Amino acid sequence: MTASQRYRCQLHQSAAERSAETHPLTWRLREDSALIGLDEYLDKDGYAAVRQTLGSQSPQDVIATVKQANVRGRGGAGFSAGMKWSLTLQGGDLPRGYIVCNADEMEPGTFKDRLLLEQLPHLLIEGMILGGYANNSRFGYIFLRGEYIEAARAVTQALDEARAAGWLGADIAGSGFDFDIALHTGAGRYICGEETALISSLEGKRANPRAKPPFPGQSGAWGKPTVVNNVETLCNVPAVLRHGAEWYQGLSGGLSNDGGTKLYGVSGKVNRPGLWELPIGTSGRELIERAGGMRDGRALKTWLPGGGSTGFLLPEHLELALDFDTIGEQGSRMGTGLLTVVNEDQSMVSLARNLEEFFARESCGWCTPCRDGLPWTVKILRALERGEGEQGDIELLEELANDLGPGKTFCAHAPGAAMPLESALRYFRDEFERGVTHPRGAAHEDPIPVGEV
Amino acid sequence: MNDTVRAQVHSAIASDGDGFTLHADDLHAIEHERDHYEQPQAACIEALKIVQRRHGWVPDGAIPAIANVLGIGAASVEGVATFYSLIFRQPVGRHVILVCDSSSCFLTDYEQLRDALTEHLGIGFGETTPDGRFTLLPVCCLGACDRGPAMMIGDDTYGPVMIDDVASLLEGYP
Ligand SMILES: Cc1cc2nc3c(=O)[nH]c(=O)nc-3n(C[C@H](O)[C@H](O)[C@H](O)COP(=O)(O)O)c2cc1C
Ligand code: FES
Repeated sequence: MTASQRYRCQLHQSAAERSAETHPLTWRLREDSALIGLDEYLDKDGYAAVRQTLGSQSPQDVIATVKQANVRGRGGAGFSAGMKWSLTLQGGDLPRGYIVCNADEMEPGTFKDRLLLEQLPHLLIEGMILGGYANNSRFGYIFLRGEYIEAARAVTQALDEARAAGWLGADIAGSGFDFDIALHTGAGRYICGEETALISSLEGKRANPRAKPPFPGQSGAWGKPTVVNNVETLCNVPAVLRHGAEWYQGLSGGLSNDGGTKLYGVSGKVNRPGLWELPIGTSGRELIERAGGMRDGRALKTWLPGGGSTGFLLPEHLELALDFDTIGEQGSRMGTGLLTVVNEDQSMVSLARNLEEFFARESCGWCTPCRDGLPWTVKILRALERGEGEQGDIELLEELANDLGPGKTFCAHAPGAAMPLESALRYFRDEFERGVTHPRGAAHEDPIPVGEV
Repeated sequence: MNDTVRAQVHSAIASDGDGFTLHADDLHAIEHERDHYEQPQAACIEALKIVQRRHGWVPDGAIPAIANVLGIGAASVEGVATFYSLIFRQPVGRHVILVCDSSSCFLTDYEQLRDALTEHLGIGFGETTPDGRFTLLPVCCLGACDRGPAMMIGDDTYGPVMIDDVASLLEGYP
C-alpha cells in the first residue's frame, strides 16, 4: 500500500452551501465528485438556457445581455466576453467562423477548469452553443491540454450524449441553428494557451503566436472570424441568459464592480489547499482562512493572486477584493484567481528562478527578448541563488524585466514572465542582494556553467 | 507545391522510406480526424499522437507517411513533431513519468520528489531506465496544485506524492 493518492479534483464546498441562485458554476456538482451525465444535467435545469434563447432571441440580444452582465474573461486577462463577441465579424456574406474553448490550463498554480471539464462538461457545451449562436459560429472546438486524460473522457462522453439528444448538430432545439463541437487535444507546451498560438496549434502548426491586429474575431482559424474563450468564462453564459444580466451583476453583492462568481483556489503550504466558487471580489484573507491558514504555523511572506504570470503581493494586500481592477491597481493581475502562497521559510530567489526556468523553457522562441532574455534571467538567478552573483546583477535583472514587458513581443508570454520577477525584486530586494558576492567582471573561482535552461 | 511536384515528392518518400507503413487502423483514424477540420494539416498533432500510441514514440518513417496522408510537406510534420513536448521523437520507456516542476509544486517539495525519483530510477530527466521501463520528464503545472507535489505515470495523475513511497508507487507499473 502506498500513501500517495490518485489525484481527484474536488470542490471544497458541500452541496448545502451551493444553490442555483448563488453558485451558477458549481451548484449542480455532486458530493461524490462524479461526472454529471446528460440525464442528471437535464434534471438540473440543463440546456434550459439553450431552449429559452435559441430561436426567441437574436444573436445581438444574446451579446447585449452578456455585455451588460459584464462577464469578464476568466482565462486571466479579464476582457469583457460580451465586448469581444460584439467585435466578431458577422453578417452579410461573411463566412461563419469558429468558437474555440481554451481548455489548455497550464498556468502554474491553476486547477480550476479541470473541475468543470471533468465533472460538468455539459455546462461548457451549453455555453459554447450559446456563444456559437451569438457569434454565428459554424463549429466549435474544445482545445484541451493533452495531460487532462479524465477531462478528455468526460468531454467525449458529453459530446456524444449531446449529439445523440439533438443538442448538437442540425437545427438545435428546433431553432434552425446548426452547430457542432469537436474535441481537440494538445501535446504539451504552455504557449498553446495564448489565444493566437492556440489557433496556430489548432491548425496543426507550431504554436507560434500571431500579430494582432487582425484580431481572431476578424481573422482567426483558417482566416475565419474566431472567438476564443476560457472554460470558466463560457460556463458562466448559460446562467447569465437563464437569469439575466442584473441577477448576474448582483452575485458579487457589492464586493466588486464585476459581476458573477469566481472559481478561487489556494495552493502552497496551507492546511487545506482547495477550490471554491465565491462571489467575485472575495478577499485573499477569506481564501486563506478557508484553506485552514498557513501550514506548520509558518507566517505568510507573499502570494501570487492568479498564477505564475501574475505579480507578487504582500500580506497587507490580503484585504483587497480579488477582482481584475483592484488587483490591477496594485501593479499585479488577478490572472486566474487561484492563489499561490509562499511562507517565511521559502526563498524568493529560488522561487523566481523556478518561475523564470518555466517561462524560459516554455517560450516558443519566436521573439528575441523572450527567447534570449528569459534564459539570461535564469542564468543570473541561478548565480544569485548560489551566492555567486556579481555587482550589477540585480540592476541587470531589472533591465531584463523591463525589456520583457508589454509591447515588445508578439504575445504576453514574456510580460507574464516579467511580472513575478519585477515584483519579487521590488518587494524582496534584500534577498537578491544577499546573493551578490563578487565584484563585476572578476573571475569566479568556481564559475557557473553556461548551460542549457 | 503544385500537384505534380507533390506527387513526385510523395513517390520519392514512399520509395526511399525506411520501410515504415502506417497501420491500417491508424491510417483510418487519421483520415477520420482530418474530417474535423477545414484543412487536413490540422490533424497533424493528432496523427502524431495516433502513431505514438501504437509505437510508444514517433519513428522516423512515420513523418513522411503522415505528411503523405495529410498532403503536406514532411518538414512541416517534423517541425510540429519537434515542437510539442508530449510527442516523442526517440524511443521512450513503457511508462513515461511526467513530474510537475512548476511553482506550486516547487513550493510543496517538488525537489525532494525529483531527487527521490532520480535516485530510485538511477536516471535524470530526459533519460530512460536501461530496462526500458521508465522515462523521466518534467512537465508544466498539471493542474493538481492543491495536491502538490504532483506527477503522472502514463495516464494516471498522482498527488500529493509521498517521497517515502515512490518505490511502491512505481511497483504498480511493470
Ligand atoms: C502564455 C499565455 C498562456 C495562456 N494560457 C491560457 C490558458 O491555458 N487558458 C486560458 O483560458 N487562457 C490562457 N491565456 C489567455 C488567452 O490568451 C486568452 O486571453 C483567453 O483564452 C481568452 O479567453 P477569456 O477572455 O474567456 O479569458 C494565456 C495567455 C498567455 C499569454
Ligand atoms: S504547480 Fe504542480 S500541479 Fe500545478
